[in-house]
Amino acid sequence: MTDAPVISCRNAWKLFGPNPKQYLAQMSPGRSYEDIRADGYIAGVKDVTVDVGRGEMLVIMGLSGSGKSTLVRCLSRLHDITGGTIEVEGQDIMALPEKELIELRRSKMGMVFQSFGLLPHRTVLENIAFPLEMRGQDRHTRRERALEVINLVGLEGREDYFPRELSGGQQQRVGIARSLAIEPDIWFLDEPFSALDPLIRREMQDEFLRLQEMLGKTIVFITHDFDEALRLADRIAIMKDGAVEQCDTPDKIVLDPQTPYVRKFTEEIEKARVVHANVLAGPVNGAEIIGEPVPGHHTIQQLARQLVNDQRDQLPVADKDGKITGIMPRQKALDLLLGDASDG
Amino acid sequence: MADIATSSDPKATAQRGTGLRAMLEDQTVARRVFWGLLGIAALLTVLRPWLPDGLVRIPEVLLLPWRDWIDAAFQLIAFDLGFIHVTRFLSGILEFVLDAVANILYGRARWPRFEAVPWTVIASGAAILGYALGGWRLALLAGGTFVWAALIGQWKWTMETMSVIVVAAPLGFVIGGLVGIWCWKSKRVEDTVKPLLLVMQVMPFFSYLLPAVIFFKVGPTAATVATVAYSLPPMILMTTLGLKKVSPEVVEAGKMAGCSRWQMLRYVYLPSARTEILVGLNQVIMLCLAMVVLTAAIGMPGLGAKLLEAMGSFKLGRSFEIGVTIVLLAVVLDRLSKAWVVKQPEHYEKGTPWWQRNFLPLLGVAAFVLFLVLSRMASGMDPVPLVVSPMSEFNLPTWIAGVADEVHRKESLSQGREFDQSIKAFLALDWLQATTYAIRFVVNNYFLVPTEKALLFLPTLSVILAVTAIAYRLGGVTPGILAFVFFCIVAQLGYWDRAMLTLHSVFMATFIALAFGVPMAIFAVRKEKRARVMILLCDTFQTFPSYVYLLPAVMLFGISPVTVIISILIYTMVPVVRYTVEGLRNVPPELTEAADMSGATRWQKLTKVQLPLAMPTIAVGLNQALVFAFFMVIIAEFIGTRDLGQEMRRTLAGTNLGWNFVLGFSVVFMALTFDIAINAWAEKRRKILGLA
Repeated sequence: MTDAPVISCRNAWKLFGPNPKQYLAQMSPGRSYEDIRADGYIAGVKDVTVDVGRGEMLVIMGLSGSGKSTLVRCLSRLHDITGGTIEVEGQDIMALPEKELIELRRSKMGMVFQSFGLLPHRTVLENIAFPLEMRGQDRHTRRERALEVINLVGLEGREDYFPRELSGGQQQRVGIARSLAIEPDIWFLDEPFSALDPLIRREMQDEFLRLQEMLGKTIVFITHDFDEALRLADRIAIMKDGAVEQCDTPDKIVLDPQTPYVRKFTEEIEKARVVHANVLAGPVNGAEIIGEPVPGHHTIQQLARQLVNDQRDQLPVADKDGKITGIMPRQKALDLLLGDASDG
Repeated sequence: MADIATSSDPKATAQRGTGLRAMLEDQTVARRVFWGLLGIAALLTVLRPWLPDGLVRIPEVLLLPWRDWIDAAFQLIAFDLGFIHVTRFLSGILEFVLDAVANILYGRARWPRFEAVPWTVIASGAAILGYALGGWRLALLAGGTFVWAALIGQWKWTMETMSVIVVAAPLGFVIGGLVGIWCWKSKRVEDTVKPLLLVMQVMPFFSYLLPAVIFFKVGPTAATVATVAYSLPPMILMTTLGLKKVSPEVVEAGKMAGCSRWQMLRYVYLPSARTEILVGLNQVIMLCLAMVVLTAAIGMPGLGAKLLEAMGSFKLGRSFEIGVTIVLLAVVLDRLSKAWVVKQPEHYEKGTPWWQRNFLPLLGVAAFVLFLVLSRMASGMDPVPLVVSPMSEFNLPTWIAGVADEVHRKESLSQGREFDQSIKAFLALDWLQATTYAIRFVVNNYFLVPTEKALLFLPTLSVILAVTAIAYRLGGVTPGILAFVFFCIVAQLGYWDRAMLTLHSVFMATFIALAFGVPMAIFAVRKEKRARVMILLCDTFQTFPSYVYLLPAVMLFGISPVTVIISILIYTMVPVVRYTVEGLRNVPPELTEAADMSGATRWQKLTKVQLPLAMPTIAVGLNQALVFAFFMVIIAEFIGTRDLGQEMRRTLAGTNLGWNFVLGFSVVFMALTFDIAINAWAEKRRKILGLA
């Protein structure tokens, strides 16, 4: 994550209405969503600035109508933005002519859709091979690669089925496989699991995490489900009325919500399940290290039993290699686990 | 999101801005204007005996020479600009294709000079196709129809008709599809084409025939061109609709897969719009069949010509047999194409051998070879009667050999003459004759004659004002203005009395259709099963070419004005019943349950809940009934009428395009008036009821 961001979005605007470009140009700064709406425009994306680093998973979270789907469509240039810039791998995508845009999508981008977006007249194999066919690969290599991804998503033996012969979960596996067929660097997922029932959704999330562990792609993931966001994200961007309210790691969002809107979301969340030990830890600053360290990548909830039983006031925290990275006050962790003493 | 933006304030204020229009949209004003206009119309009518002639009808001297103008325009386009050379060139190509198809289907002596494909090959092919698309029952229906056509001795006529359909339907499909795609691509094209399609859909068929004859040579070529032109509108509309309906996610998936524009259309849009495009194809095929039989009017041979001939000489048995063939053909074509619409691809299990995957095509090839060889072997042999009597002489091999190649007219199973006698004997039964005579007498003397006289008595201006008032009250300001303009044009075109006769037939038939159709539909929807049977019946009847509806009317009522009304009536009843059933059935069950729980009686529930909610749908049915009636009233000329249709038929004999179009547009403008007003009303109601 040290090198330049893969996607860099600067002050992006997307307005819907009769004459958006002109309106944006003459609009006085600081107009709210409601003001803009009163002028006859809808701010789908409102002055958004986010970066996505290489190999990072950014989850965009928001309720329906918050503009998260619009934002991801701007990042993939399915929508043309009204103002600002979006750069992918250092290229301004708004400046790309049609041919190069097509080339970019054929080589670098994959996208998964909420209601799958499968072509009904093509078999599973043909659907998955579709992007390869579009870029003109021959039948044989197409088939070989498609079978590879079919195995990857666990659809062996269903190659010749048609989409309507599959269950929702299986259809989304096809959608995922199709988006992976060209080995994209950037992977957009637009509420991929929202149309699935809760049990399947959970299973697909696990599957997704497994895939990501293997592939390590740069991901923009859209969801309206806060739990899903916490579960998957490296960073979460919470959107409301087209604007990003806060963009941070899950721990920070839970511990330190920046706006009342974000706070409302986090209130109901069991913080101990989200916050990791290394986030609560302060610097060692030469303090004495007593006893065995706790693993920093565990959540407070995972450490709950130890926290209750341990007698130490200050617990050393170690990273995955066993190196001490900081010291966590036990009381702070217990407060998080049990709620503040003042809460009763 | 975007729609919220567009429906915001600026537009609404702009609409409120135009003062007079806004005032006329107001309900109380509308009521006053409506009654005011009707009052003037009534006053004029009452005063008619004292009015000078010039106020009753537009005086001849004031009529503009529309005919000459149209003729001049035609001259300019056809000859001065040389358009006729283009069309003559095209008709040369078309004729070549038609001849080739005719050679294959019924052995017309043209290139490629094969012998006709034996009927057994076509029948078995149809059966296999039926099986592939819809299983055994469709196979039986499709195969059976062609077997019937062969055995009854109508093979050649059927093939003459089919040869035009085989060429016209794909042409209509391709042209309509391309225009549909173009309309979808460009908003401006769509805005231009839409009103044109509206006109095309209400234009009398005779107005397609004459230009086709002038530009494309009499006979099959003109028949094909007119048929293709008539079948275009639904194909265009369905294609555009289907392409617009493709799910945005599928489109985005295509874009993200890196499709170029052509790839988007070819691999994403067109396959995803498959259902609508195939429904369009179904409509094209059905319209083609309906029109091809009508092209008998310009000398196109085939089933239509034979039916016209048989009906003309009152050979009821023969007419009936031909009618059955036409209807069977219609049902088969309809079912086959509809089965294709709903046919979804299915995968084969792994390891299915190739011959099993391709079983049906293989079977087709096998049947083709088998029957072809059989017929070639048989072609030298003597024809054998199909029904061999006495049975002792029956010898299977000779019999097969005798019919495998061709069933000759003399040996066919046709019972035309015997059937004719029995039908005539049946019609001669005292009670039946008494009944039909009584119906004829009552309907004619107490219903048709007085209303007709009344309509002809009305001063032109009264009719125009009354129609304007009704259109305005129903649809609002725009339909009102259009009604006024359109009917003024009809008056200007100079065939007012004939137009009124046409209008009279249309109104009477539609009125009776409503009077019988709506109660029938109400009765049908009481039980779900009955409703479904009714819809199925209507769907089947709707596939029948309009032409065959003349047949039962002529059989029962002979040649009389009542027959005309009856034949229109049967034809218009179908949409009335269909849409009423649909409308009533689609009333949300919560609402009828709420009515039940409020203690409504069945009658109250019907009048207070179901009918009001079904009204917009019923109005659409009424609209379609009127359009159908305007179509049928012209066709009914074959029976004998005194209205625009009769005059139009006369124009077909010459090359007087101006005359033909003046008559045609008299029909178009009347039909459009009602179409626009009723649709506007239905739309408004739907919005008010929140059904849109």
